[in-house]
Amino acid sequence: MTEDEVAHVAYLARLELTPEERKLFTVQLDSILAHFRHLQELDTTSVPPTSHAISMQNVLRDDEVTQSLPVEDVLANAPERDDSFFVVPRIVES
Amino acid sequence: MAELQELTAHHLMDLLARREVSYTDLAKASLDTIERVDSQVRAFVTVTPERALSVAAALDAAKAHPSPLAGIPIAIKDNMCTRGIPTTCSSKILRNWVPPYNATVVERLLQQQVVISGKTNLDEFAMGSSTENSGFFTTHNPWDLTRVPGGSSGGSAAAVAAGEVAAALGSDTGGSIRQPASFCGVVGLKPTYGRVSRYGLVAFASSLDQIGPITRDVTDAAIVLQAIAGHDPRDSTSVPLPVPDYTKSLVANVKGLRIGKPREYFGEGIDAPVRQMVERAIDLMVSLGAQCEEISMPHTQYALPVYYLIAPSECSSNLARYDGVKYGLRTAQDVDMIAMMEKSRDEGFGPEVKRRIMLGTYALSAGYYDAYYLKAQKVRTLIKRDFDRAWEQFDVLLTPTSPTVAFEIGARVADPLRMYAADLCTIPVNLAGLPAISVPCGFVDGLPVGLQVIGKPFAEETVLQVAYTYEQHTEWHKRRPNLEGSTAAAGGGAK
Amino acid sequence: MSRFEAFIGMEVHAELLTESKMFCGCSTKFGGPPNSNVCPVCMGLPGSLPVANRKAVELVVKTALALNCEISSPSIFYRKNYFYPDLPKNYQISQYGDDPIGRNGYLDFMVDGRPKRVHIRRVHLEEDTGKLFHVATGQSHVDYNRSGVPLMEIVTEFPPDIHTAEEAREYLVNLRSILLYLGVCDGKMEEGSLRCEPNVSIRAKGSMEFNPKVELKNLNSFRAVYRGVAYELERQAKLLSSGGRVTQETRRWDDARGETFVMRSKEFEQEYRYFPEPDLVPLTFAPEWLDELRRALPELPEAKRARYQQRYGLPAYDAAVLTVDPRIAAFFERAADAHHDAKAVANWVMGDLTRLANATDGGLDALKVTPDALAALLKLIDAGTISGRTAKDVFQEMCQTGKAPDQIVREKGLTQISDETALAAVVDTVFRENPKEVERLRNGEEKLLAFFVGQVMRATRGKAAPDLVNRLIRERLS
Repeated sequence: MTEDEVAHVAYLARLELTPEERKLFTVQLDSILAHFRHLQELDTTSVPPTSHAISMQNVLRDDEVTQSLPVEDVLANAPERDDSFFVVPRIVES
Repeated sequence: MAELQELTAHHLMDLLARREVSYTDLAKASLDTIERVDSQVRAFVTVTPERALSVAAALDAAKAHPSPLAGIPIAIKDNMCTRGIPTTCSSKILRNWVPPYNATVVERLLQQQVVISGKTNLDEFAMGSSTENSGFFTTHNPWDLTRVPGGSSGGSAAAVAAGEVAAALGSDTGGSIRQPASFCGVVGLKPTYGRVSRYGLVAFASSLDQIGPITRDVTDAAIVLQAIAGHDPRDSTSVPLPVPDYTKSLVANVKGLRIGKPREYFGEGIDAPVRQMVERAIDLMVSLGAQCEEISMPHTQYALPVYYLIAPSECSSNLARYDGVKYGLRTAQDVDMIAMMEKSRDEGFGPEVKRRIMLGTYALSAGYYDAYYLKAQKVRTLIKRDFDRAWEQFDVLLTPTSPTVAFEIGARVADPLRMYAADLCTIPVNLAGLPAISVPCGFVDGLPVGLQVIGKPFAEETVLQVAYTYEQHTEWHKRRPNLEGSTAAAGGGAK
Repeated sequence: MSRFEAFIGMEVHAELLTESKMFCGCSTKFGGPPNSNVCPVCMGLPGSLPVANRKAVELVVKTALALNCEISSPSIFYRKNYFYPDLPKNYQISQYGDDPIGRNGYLDFMVDGRPKRVHIRRVHLEEDTGKLFHVATGQSHVDYNRSGVPLMEIVTEFPPDIHTAEEAREYLVNLRSILLYLGVCDGKMEEGSLRCEPNVSIRAKGSMEFNPKVELKNLNSFRAVYRGVAYELERQAKLLSSGGRVTQETRRWDDARGETFVMRSKEFEQEYRYFPEPDLVPLTFAPEWLDELRRALPELPEAKRARYQQRYGLPAYDAAVLTVDPRIAAFFERAADAHHDAKAVANWVMGDLTRLANATDGGLDALKVTPDALAALLKLIDAGTISGRTAKDVFQEMCQTGKAPDQIVREKGLTQISDETALAAVVDTVFRENPKEVERLRNGEEKLLAFFVGQVMRATRGKAAPDLVNRLIRERLS
């Protein structure tokens, strides 16, 4: 794993890393992944993936309206608000 | 009378029902103990004395003992939503977050009018095996304050071991209930995946997370499990199977029980003294009428990499919501949207969380999905099949809970891979979605050792019965740590 | 443009007509105060979990069946991971890969009188995002009311079957019709309950490779779709003709200026890191249930058009217009079944009824006229009781008040005057009062006929039977 890849992954994950963090993660992630490479030695061609430990299907709910949260509860933890809206900083299109 | 804080929940329930102690006295005993010892143990992130005393007062005013767990002081791991009480996940990013709703398990306990003494410390977002990854402070093992209590439910396990509460809830994704229970000499149960609702449990790895009890003994574990188990329509992965009466499993009998001893859990990675304690426990079971045979589960060695690919992948997605927009920490710096998200997350997350988010994001990204995430899910199937094959021959599998006893604070923090190895024995169980319990089975140099009992899907009854039988023939569960400021430990138990 | 061939892929999002959201019980009602229809689930609060809405699943299955799709069973939900403030969890629960609910379907319709088939790659289910509003300070406001509303996505196959702006529009018109027929979506493009994003690319004729495509956004009407696609095709043609290259990007249609402008370049497009949603379990569809749904599908536009031409003898054009909106079609059928002249009914439905419905808040549903009442009105015209001209006014009143036509005619004294003697008298009076014009008409100024008809109409307050007036004027002249 290269530092560039780490920078790209950090961007995808919206994590701002310091240059030191980037270096450290490159080393650590690389060694972790090396450790995992021996998964490849297993033949899994006809093995289905397990997404769920349980086998259920069609868990559905009726189309009924239930009570929403009071607006004050919704906004109680907002870092910034304007009346009943959440406020976020300017969005710069790249 | 022995101090209240040393008693099991079921003993306390008895005293309350017979009015030998008032609810308020019991609540006070918990709060006083917290005040006396928590400066050393540091199990709690938030203590809620007013609520606790208010519930206790209401119970004292009422006529009869309304429900099994009424008035019992309980701690909730701080990754489960409690309405009106901060729920931080031990992360700076949620330091001041107060949920507007309760987790289903909390609702169910509140319906029984338990006394919630507070929220306990954890590895940040449940990622870790020592509670050293908490964004606030480390919890200390009541048996030796220089050592970790295990993780990620270290606060809950320590709180029970230290007598601060009678029982606690923890969550388990790769061993986070069982391993700290083992390190702290208490009982920890991870139910079958889908047995207990995850609604309101702040998600770490959705296909692996489960909530379960951490208690002084197996009887308490059965009682708490009874209170929280069962289908929840708000959790699509919650299984609509009826909940049996778990207290009926509290029978000391293992005649004819077929025990499997998986070879791979007793190999090089396990400390010799730990292995010996566990093997002695198995011998005891055999002497009580069980049969034991070795079995090989060849894919065990792949469980760690599989887990450390799947869990971070799911967590990288589950933790994306912490972006400073709607709740939680937002950077004070005046920057544009993307930078705001990046800086808030950088300021709010600790290094282990960042590491796992990075790992998971990478494993899911284009070009790597097949080799990492998808491959891991396929090997997960192979690991599950190992267990399926074992169930053809055996009723339960017995293993150590952890390869070692509690290690020193600071000993492993700098080496992630070494830290991950602490979960060797517990991770495969989560991958297969099975129920498992850890019970104390001895001490090595004064530090507790845990015995893990693994069962078939939804066979909590068998797991409880086996654990109960073992417990009733030993005295480990009666030992209490000798914490300064609390009374001397009750005696007994072979060394 | 003639040197080039065009390829237009259509991506359509339809908000489903459910009472509650896709994964929680919050109301889907449009237009409430900001953040008043949200809960831990659709807000993405820590610890929340999704539970899928059965009705939303059914509506998508119905649509997939109506579009001749294969139904995937099992069908899986996936997480589409990207960061944006209107996406509470910073992932959208959607579908991906080989198992969307519907795949490999097609839509048949007519363009320019010729049949056209557009293949559909996938029909799938997902959740909508909240809404972002840019404000004067440069910041943005976020409202999560719309977050979690069930959304159906319909994507055409690649390489695209659509090659002109007209085909693109007609595809959308016909697709929307089907959605209305199924009761799956209310199709209000101006409100955003139906959204269309064409992907446009062109290449020189004879070339085998595809050029980068441009995604168009902010097309809020059929007309905008047509104009936007047409503009974009021209723009790309000019670009390529002058030796330039088309950049893969997203462009926003500005309806007032009639142009597209760059929004963001797709080179910075996110990687979505799709993986199966662990909080939801797979959907499976029993064949018997699918058969039942298939049988319960209503008569769709294509079949209805054919039937109108056969049963009512209507021309293809009329059939096409009448079947766009199922409620209009239903109105027409009931009225046509109550009256012998289907063509007359069709004219009134396509004309006055549609015009009044479009001009009224609430559309056809707000009009109080019934199909039987229209039939009764046509009967009055046939009987000569009222003129066609008067009937228009009567019809408008019928729509507003719900009164029966004969009642309105009675109340307002609108009965056509067909009494020859009475009308002859009026004609004579008008002639007496306008001798110069009579002279001019006699001398061949034919256009004065209209003047005299108008005068007679004025004198009779519009109630004179027009044909009779015309005849009498000519007779009295000589």
